[in-house]
Amino acid sequence: MTIQQDEIEKIAELARIRIAPEEAAELTSRIANILTLVDQLQAIDTAGVEPMANPLDAVQRLRADTVTEANQRDVFQAIAPAVENGLYLVPKVIE
Amino acid sequence: MHELSVAQLSLGLREKQFSSVELTRSYLDRIRALDGHYNSFVTVDENGALAAAAAADTRLAAGETGPLLGIPLAHKDIFCSRGVRTSCGSKMLDNFVPPYDATVATRLRDAGTVMLGKTNMDEFAMGSSSESSFYGPVRNPWHSDCVPGGSSGGSAAAVAARLAPLATGTDTGGSIRQPAAFCGITGLKPTYGRVSRLGMVAFASSLDQGGPMARSAEDCALLLNAMAGFDPLDSTSSELPVEDYSVGLQQPLAGLRIGLPREYFGAGLDAATGERIHAALALLEQLGAILVDISLPHTGLSIPTYYIIAPAEASTNLSRFDGVRYGYRCQQPRDLHDLYTRSRQEGFGDEVKRRILVGTYALSAGYYDAYYRKAQQVRRLIQEDFLKAFEQVDMIAGPTTPGPAFTLGAKGSDPLAMYLEDVYTLAVNLAGLPGMSVPAGLVDGMPVGLQLIGQHFREARLLNVGHQLQQASDWHRQVPPVGARSAGEGVWSSPGLSPAERAPTEWAPTERAPAERAPTERAPTGGAP
Repeated sequence: MTIQQDEIEKIAELARIRIAPEEAAELTSRIANILTLVDQLQAIDTAGVEPMANPLDAVQRLRADTVTEANQRDVFQAIAPAVENGLYLVPKVIE
Repeated sequence: MHELSVAQLSLGLREKQFSSVELTRSYLDRIRALDGHYNSFVTVDENGALAAAAAADTRLAAGETGPLLGIPLAHKDIFCSRGVRTSCGSKMLDNFVPPYDATVATRLRDAGTVMLGKTNMDEFAMGSSSESSFYGPVRNPWHSDCVPGGSSGGSAAAVAARLAPLATGTDTGGSIRQPAAFCGITGLKPTYGRVSRLGMVAFASSLDQGGPMARSAEDCALLLNAMAGFDPLDSTSSELPVEDYSVGLQQPLAGLRIGLPREYFGAGLDAATGERIHAALALLEQLGAILVDISLPHTGLSIPTYYIIAPAEASTNLSRFDGVRYGYRCQQPRDLHDLYTRSRQEGFGDEVKRRILVGTYALSAGYYDAYYRKAQQVRRLIQEDFLKAFEQVDMIAGPTTPGPAFTLGAKGSDPLAMYLEDVYTLAVNLAGLPGMSVPAGLVDGMPVGLQLIGQHFREARLLNVGHQLQQASDWHRQVPPVGARSAGEGVWSSPGLSPAERAPTEWAPTERAPAERAPTERAPTGGAP
């Protein structure tokens, strides 16, 4: 399965990573090489094999639905690039 | 003092031969004098270390006797440390000062350890050479032209160069074991879930595991004792009780059945490295172990399986770096979309971006079944190979890496060449098993490592075998030349030089500045963590 440059551009948009136009061709060829490597798996018969998401086949532990954390908003926002009145600031979204 | 074991250092502290402040100061002096050669630290927390050492001295004076009380160590810069910058080797987190501690950091602080600083690493732990750090490459203490391995290359180099007696590392596909092998130290990746992942910057959550790095199995046991254990704040933390890993170190090896997978001794293994591995295995045999020929038929598939699962999980985990809440934000974003895409373009390095894109592709509509689900199925086949082998043997052994450390830049032009470095270590993470690398001697003056792979939660047996091997050999006692060699220069600096003469001119007391990063000069690097 080879990948084309327009697909890489689409994936980059999904991943929210800007790709400079001059990087796109080389990036496409490197990712195509990685995909060629992983394509070996297509030849393996995995019929009936249960996919493994956790190496111990563990499931999420549940806890009681009670508040355990104190509010530390100011501490967490102290390291944000821009905040105002407890809100994170980003460029205007709606014109 | 820098050659003493942790048990010896602890005895010295208890018997008042030296204080923790004196011990800490001597390591800080050593880091200042020598780390210009290695670049193993990103941040040295001199004030924090001296304050922690003074607190440890108070506890010692009050009669406390914990085995790590007052012992200095270094944390890989992936473990969040409250108030101390945690960069993960990335421009994205160059300004990130965590408001909380990783559970590992908390546990080790409670045990009385003294954090000297944070060690350099491949960006977001994605690499096998520690060349992709925003803070410049780490150099191998055995030869400055060689990489220390990665991604925990700073921790491995710091321990090998005697800049810290202990260090933490993390291992997603070999990132503790491979640098331990390249730097001639001992490193253990525990069973998945044994050590808490809380506050360990996430790369591939079903593979990531923190573990100890030290000069001996005995020291690793002491560090693991303090690191391991259930953490209610990590949803994949194991609730199984933790053993005392020091207790069983003296157990004899008579009758221990060790499987040698024939796939680990094939054409890809450097011949001289293979000789060192066979010599270490012969010693284990002399100590009473029984060597058994086994097969792990899906070994070769661990590379493609890993390079779907790890990037897929990374693309999800790294979506949190958006330039909004913490970390890097681009200058003057035009709109919210520009803020996201340009912060991520400018904040991430090449290998990190490649893996995010591969992972996004593997998880995208129409490809999920062909890639991610398929890889999860093959992952089970890989684990079943091990479980089947463990019906016949107690442990598995082989080389940690295909050869000794390669030179800086040697694998830079093609990420795939770097990926192949991890052929013997990746499957252990995919199967969630514990794995350890112990020194097995030198090849052309560079260390190589013997890898021991255990059954789930049998870390104690691995440490026991490592310790018995180290009681019967001196491979782990070999010391790299001070200052490290460089091609054409012979020995860089002799032990006779004063600290001032050895001091790098650019030394900064706290945080290391980012490396010069002209985009055209940066060789793309890759590889498993």
